[in-house]
Amino acid sequence: MSDLEVQAELATQAARSGQPRRLGLAEATAGLLAVFLLVAAVTPQLLALGDPLGIDPLSAFMPPTGAHVFGTDESGRDIFTRVVHGTQYSLVIGAAATAIGLGLGIVLGTLAGMLGRVVDFTVNRFLEVLFAFPGLLLALLFIVIFGPGVATATIAVGLSTAPGYARIIRAQLITVRSAAFVEAATVLGRTRWQILLRHILPNTLAPLLVLATLGIGQAIVWAATLSYLGLGAEPPTAEWGAMLSAGRTYITSAWWMSFFPGLFIVLTAVTATVLGRSIDRRMRHA
Amino acid sequence: MTMTEPAAALTVHNLRVGFGADPVVRGVSFEIARGECLAIVGESGSGKSVTARSLLGLAGANARVGADQLELGGQTVLGLTDRAWRARRGKDVGLVLQDALVSLDPLRPIGREIADSLRLHTTLGAAARARRVLELLDAVGLPEPATQVQKLSGQLSGGERQRALIAAAIALDPPLLIADEPTTALDVTVQAQILALLEHITRAGTAVLLISHDLAVVSRIAHRVAVMHDGRMIETGRTEQVLGAPRHEQTQRMVAAIPADKPRGTRLSLSTRPRDAASPVSADSTVLANSTVLDDSTVSAASTVVLEAIGLSKSYRRPDGSRHLAVDDVSFALQRGSTLGIVGESGSGKTTTARLLLALLPPDRGAVRVFGEPWSAASEKTRRGLRPGVGAIYQDALGSFDPRWNVAEILTDALGLSPGLRQRRRAPQTTARLLTLLDEVGLAAAVLTRRPLELSGGQRQRVGIARALAGRPEILICDEPVSSLDVSVQAQVLDLLDDLQRERGLSLIFISHDLGVVQHVSDEIAVMRAGRVVESGPAARVFAAPQHPYSVQLLAAVPRLPA
Repeated sequence: MSDLEVQAELATQAARSGQPRRLGLAEATAGLLAVFLLVAAVTPQLLALGDPLGIDPLSAFMPPTGAHVFGTDESGRDIFTRVVHGTQYSLVIGAAATAIGLGLGIVLGTLAGMLGRVVDFTVNRFLEVLFAFPGLLLALLFIVIFGPGVATATIAVGLSTAPGYARIIRAQLITVRSAAFVEAATVLGRTRWQILLRHILPNTLAPLLVLATLGIGQAIVWAATLSYLGLGAEPPTAEWGAMLSAGRTYITSAWWMSFFPGLFIVLTAVTATVLGRSIDRRMRHA
Repeated sequence: MTMTEPAAALTVHNLRVGFGADPVVRGVSFEIARGECLAIVGESGSGKSVTARSLLGLAGANARVGADQLELGGQTVLGLTDRAWRARRGKDVGLVLQDALVSLDPLRPIGREIADSLRLHTTLGAAARARRVLELLDAVGLPEPATQVQKLSGQLSGGERQRALIAAAIALDPPLLIADEPTTALDVTVQAQILALLEHITRAGTAVLLISHDLAVVSRIAHRVAVMHDGRMIETGRTEQVLGAPRHEQTQRMVAAIPADKPRGTRLSLSTRPRDAASPVSADSTVLANSTVLDDSTVSAASTVVLEAIGLSKSYRRPDGSRHLAVDDVSFALQRGSTLGIVGESGSGKTTTARLLLALLPPDRGAVRVFGEPWSAASEKTRRGLRPGVGAIYQDALGSFDPRWNVAEILTDALGLSPGLRQRRRAPQTTARLLTLLDEVGLAAAVLTRRPLELSGGQRQRVGIARALAGRPEILICDEPVSSLDVSVQAQVLDLLDDLQRERGLSLIFISHDLGVVQHVSDEIAVMRAGRVVESGPAARVFAAPQHPYSVQLLAAVPRLPA
C-alpha cells in the first residue's frame, strides 16, 4: 500500500514536471476553424458573395456541386452562403447567452459567497430549485412566457446556464476568500473592497474564462435547438438551427439541407470545447 | 552490538539515477550491516530520497537506474521487473514515509492495512494474522492495540499513525528498513519516541537506512552518517566523527546551521558576515533609527512595551457542538527591540495566538494592545491606520502571495502603491524603492519579474520578509517563518532577521515548534501547552533551568548534536 502511494506520488511529480505540451493536431485544427468562423461572423461577404436570402426557384434542391458546394434549398438559396452568413447569428447568440449566464452567475455567486449565511442559504435554495429542472426546460418556460424570437431565445439560454456558473463561482469564492494571501492583505491594512477587487474577484474569475469558452459551444447548440423547435430565429433567416428545422421535411430527398448546418453546429461546439480545454491545460501548467 | 563478520543487509556500489538528461544521483556507494543504522543526510534536491527509492525499485517510471552493484541481503536486485520487485517489497525491505496520513488508506482500519503484507507474503490464516497484527502494534508501542486496530488512520494522532506505519513496514520482519524523513512531520516529544522505536528496531538486528535533512535528529540513533550533496556522497563516517569534526565544507555549513545551543547573535550561515553599518541599506534604516532606540544601554534603560497580550482567550466550536479552548488566558508583553519566542507543539494554540495578535480573529476575552493603544478592541477601520506598524511573516510564504502577481507587483502593493502598473509604466522612484527592499533581504533585482512559484523556498521567505518590511513596521509577528526551509536556508533567514532587527530596532514575536530555533533567536520565551502559557521568562533562564515539568520534557526532547 505504501508502495502504491509512492508510485502515485512519483507519477504525479513526473506529470507535473512535464513541460506544457506543444500545439497538438486537434488544437491546431480548432484554431484554424476558429479563425474561419470569426471571419465568417465578422465579414461573411469575404467568404460567400451571394445573398443568403436570394431566391432562385429554378435551381431548387440542387445537390452539392461545383456551383453550389453545399447544394441549395427548396427555394434555390445557396446553402453555403446561408451557412457562412448564419455564423454571425450562432456566434453572437452563443457569446451573448454565455455573457448573460456568466454575468448572472457572478452576481448570484458573489452574493452567496460574500454576504454571510442568510443570503448564502437563500441563494443556494433558489439555485437548487433551478437545478431541479433540466436547463432546456427552463429556457422553454421562459420562451413560453415571453414569446419566441432570437432575443428571447438568447436570454433564455443565458438564464438556464446561470445556476451552474453561480455554483462554481460561489465555491471558488469561498476557497479564495479564506486563502492565506487574503489574510496577508488584511494584515497589510487593505479594506474589504480593495481585497475583493484586487484579490478575491480576479482569482475567482480567472478559472471561469475557460468554463466560459466551453460554455459558448453549449450555448450555440442550445440556441440552435430552440430555433429548430421554431422558438428562436424564424425559418427564412439564415440561422443554423432554423435551417436544420427547414431541412427536416426534405431529409430523405435533400439530405444536404440539414447536413451542412448540422455539421457547422457540431464543428463550432467542438472548436469551442477543444480551445477551452487547451487554454485550461496551459493555465494549469503556467 | 557485536559485529563479528557483519553480514551486509545492503550493498550499493556506484549507484546512478537520472531523470531524462539530468543525473540526480551520480555514483553513490555504501553498505549497511544487520543491526546497523546508517543515516543519509542532505538538503532538498541532494538526491537522498531518490537514492532510497531506488533501493525499493520505486525511482519512478521515467528514471534510469544503473549501478555496478546493488545487493539486497546478498542477492542482486539490479534491473528487476516490477513484478519481481513487488515480491520483495515488504518482505526483504520495508519503507516508512514522512507523512503517515497520506501513506495509510483513510477508509480502512489500520489493522487491515498492516495485515495486507501478511496476507500477500505469508500463508498465515486470518486468526494468526490478527494475532500478529496485535503483536506488531504492541511492539511499536501503540497503547491498547486491540481497540486501535479498528481505527481509521484519520482517528489516530500523528505519532500513533507513524507507529502504525512502522508496524506495517516491519510486519514481515524485513532485514532492511528504509525510513524517509520519518519524524519530520512530528512534534519534538513524539519525534523522540519514534526515534527511540527505530533505535529499538535496529538493536533487534534490522538494518535501518534513515533519510533526513536534520543532522541533529540522526545523531541520536545513527551509527554512521553519509552526507549527500548534489547527487554525491561527500562525506561518510561514524556519527560522532562526521558531526564532531566535519571535513567537507558543505558538512561544516550544515553543522554550523543548527541553531540549538548557539547563543543569540551567533552567525549560523558560514558564507555571510554580519552586515556592517556602512552598507547602503543602513542609509535607509538610519531614518528609523532616530525614532527607535538602537543603542544597547538605552534599550535596557528605556525599554518599553510595544505589544501586550492581556488574558487572551479564544475558543472554537467543535463539529459535535462542544467548545474547544484554543487559547486560554494568555498574557505576555513584548519589549521594544527584543524578541519574544513562543514555543509549543501542534495544538498548543500558538497559531491562534498569532492570529489574535494580528487581529485576524477577535478574542473571546482579554485584549491585545499595540504601542499602548487598543488593538483587538478597536474597529478594523481605526486599526487599519496602525497596521503598517505591525508586519507579519508566515510559514507558507507561497500561499501568502496572490498567485497572479510577480514579486514586483507584490512589493509595489505592499508599499501602498497601485500594483496594477507593469514594469514599463512603473515610476523610477518606485523601482528604486523596490530594489532597496530587495537589497535589504539579500535578493537580486532579477526576481522582480518572477512569480513566487518560480522561486526557491528561501527566496520566497525573503520576499515575504521584504513585503513585511515595506510598511516600515516596528513589530514583526513571525509564525513559523523557517519551518519549511532546509537547515542552511533556515540559517540564512534567521541571520537575516537578526540583522534587520539590529538595523531597524524591530521587535519580534517569533512563533515556532522548534525549540532550537526559538532558543537561538529569543530574549524572552513563553512555552505554550494546550492553549496556556505554562512557563515564561528570559530565554537563558528558561533553557538553563526550566521550572514547569512540560518545559523540562520539551527541552529534553530537542535533538542536539552530541557535545
